[in-house]
Amino acid sequence: MEPILQVKNLTKNFGGLCAVSNVSMKINPGELIGLIGPNGAGKTTLFNLLTGVYEPSSGLIEFDNDGKKVQLGGLKPYKITAYGIARTFQNIRLFKTMTVLENVKVAMHKNIRYGTLAAIFRLPSYYSEEQWVEEKACELLKEVGLYGKRNEQATNLPYGEQRRLEIARALAIQPKILFLDEPAAGMNPQETAQLTDLIHRIRDKYNLTIILIEHDMSLVMKICERIYVLDYGKLIADGNPEEIRNNEFVIKAYLGEEI
Amino acid sequence: MSQFLQQMINGLSLGSIYALIALGYTMVYGIIKLINFAHGDIYMLGAYVAFITTTYFGFSFFPAMIASMVVCGILGVIIERIAYKPLRHATRIAALITAIGVSYVLEYTTQYVMGSEVKTYPTLLSSATFTLGPVTVSMQQIYIFAITIFLMIALQLIIKKTKMGRAMRAVSVDEDAAKLMGINVDTTISFTFLLGSSLAGVAGILVGIYYNSIDPLMGMVPGLKAFIAAVFGGIGSVPGAMIGGLFIGIAETMVVAYGSSLYRDAIVYLILILILIIKPDGLLGKNQREKV
Repeated sequence: MEPILQVKNLTKNFGGLCAVSNVSMKINPGELIGLIGPNGAGKTTLFNLLTGVYEPSSGLIEFDNDGKKVQLGGLKPYKITAYGIARTFQNIRLFKTMTVLENVKVAMHKNIRYGTLAAIFRLPSYYSEEQWVEEKACELLKEVGLYGKRNEQATNLPYGEQRRLEIARALAIQPKILFLDEPAAGMNPQETAQLTDLIHRIRDKYNLTIILIEHDMSLVMKICERIYVLDYGKLIADGNPEEIRNNEFVIKAYLGEEI
Repeated sequence: MSQFLQQMINGLSLGSIYALIALGYTMVYGIIKLINFAHGDIYMLGAYVAFITTTYFGFSFFPAMIASMVVCGILGVIIERIAYKPLRHATRIAALITAIGVSYVLEYTTQYVMGSEVKTYPTLLSSATFTLGPVTVSMQQIYIFAITIFLMIALQLIIKKTKMGRAMRAVSVDEDAAKLMGINVDTTISFTFLLGSSLAGVAGILVGIYYNSIDPLMGMVPGLKAFIAAVFGGIGSVPGAMIGGLFIGIAETMVVAYGSSLYRDAIVYLILILILIIKPDGLLGKNQREKV
């Protein structure tokens, strides 16, 4: 099978600091991948490179767009998003002053086809598209269990619900690949369990490839099929959860060396 | 009483014009946190475009208004691309000073091309008047008011109900997150300038009709007053700019009617000082407290 995302020798330097160094990964369609590593290992930087927030210093990011290879390195974020690559944020970044429903609608921007003139003159295309947007957004909110709160301001939601809203907003992009940056951070065990279900459910329902950064090892070990481990910007291991659990480099990175 | 009502009507027409200009200030501030001091001059150019199209090409009122909107809108976008875009991540003061520079460029280029003398505006609308009970309303005032109301409703619908409006609001809350949700931030900012500048273009032709005369420096004082209107309403808030504009217009007219026309500018600045002391966020400004 052709990988949907292939990263080749990706490097990012910030001045003298090498935040991501020579990372190569192959991600197959439909996989659920975990990306772990100690704090400051470069996990979020890697996400930022893959979603276009940063430009790589060197290396390639190849995305398989229905059989056509596309280079993502150096593209603007909104172009990368248009290929169907969505993400959530480690520190929640919702549009705070907008309602829950509007947050989801914003992310459907690229899929809405009417032009500005159609909107000004209220042509039928405007109404039909807006109705479709409304239905689709409501469906996604039901998926994450926030439909009942659709008219609240995003900033008033409790923390766990804000995280779920971020997932709904990312799904509104109609992604092929979904990056989740610490989706369980700050959640209690019950919420984490719900999240685990949600991640499984959306992957099957929307045929997603999911890559997640997470510090909650029980979550990672439970749901990820394959795990990549980063330390000081370098990839030190990859494999299934069992292999990672017993990998000496990983143990060393997390616990330090034996004396 | 009848004089009061009469002044109220005069104030509303003047205030409508201020409100149209204030909207441009407030939208641009909302999205890129820049006080676009060149906005008053866009409005001046709107008046000139309408003057040229009606005097030399024989346009009637509505085609001239559309021409003003189009020319000002495009000009606003070009100014943003050339002057402000390179400074988007620079310090705010750099962009602010650039805005003042752009303002001078527009003023003196117009003066060079069109001459610095005051031009008399052609009569575009009938000067018929109606007497409604104790007050007299002119056809021009009805036009000014109706056009302003129409444009404000249209603007509210665009901002609240369309995808570009949603994108504008999203960019104003969190530009980086908006980018990653598939929004082209550059296009969205250009669109904001297009909307704001075309409204200023309408204000330009309306003021030409209202005062009958235009000159290249006419944008300075109304520009400042509209800016104050935007601050009064809460800068960044669209309904705030509308209310602020109407309020400033009425206040100014009332002072002229009951006080002295000497103080017509002073009252506006006094309002600015008061609002900054009493409620610096403006009438509808959000005083958001960080949740801890």
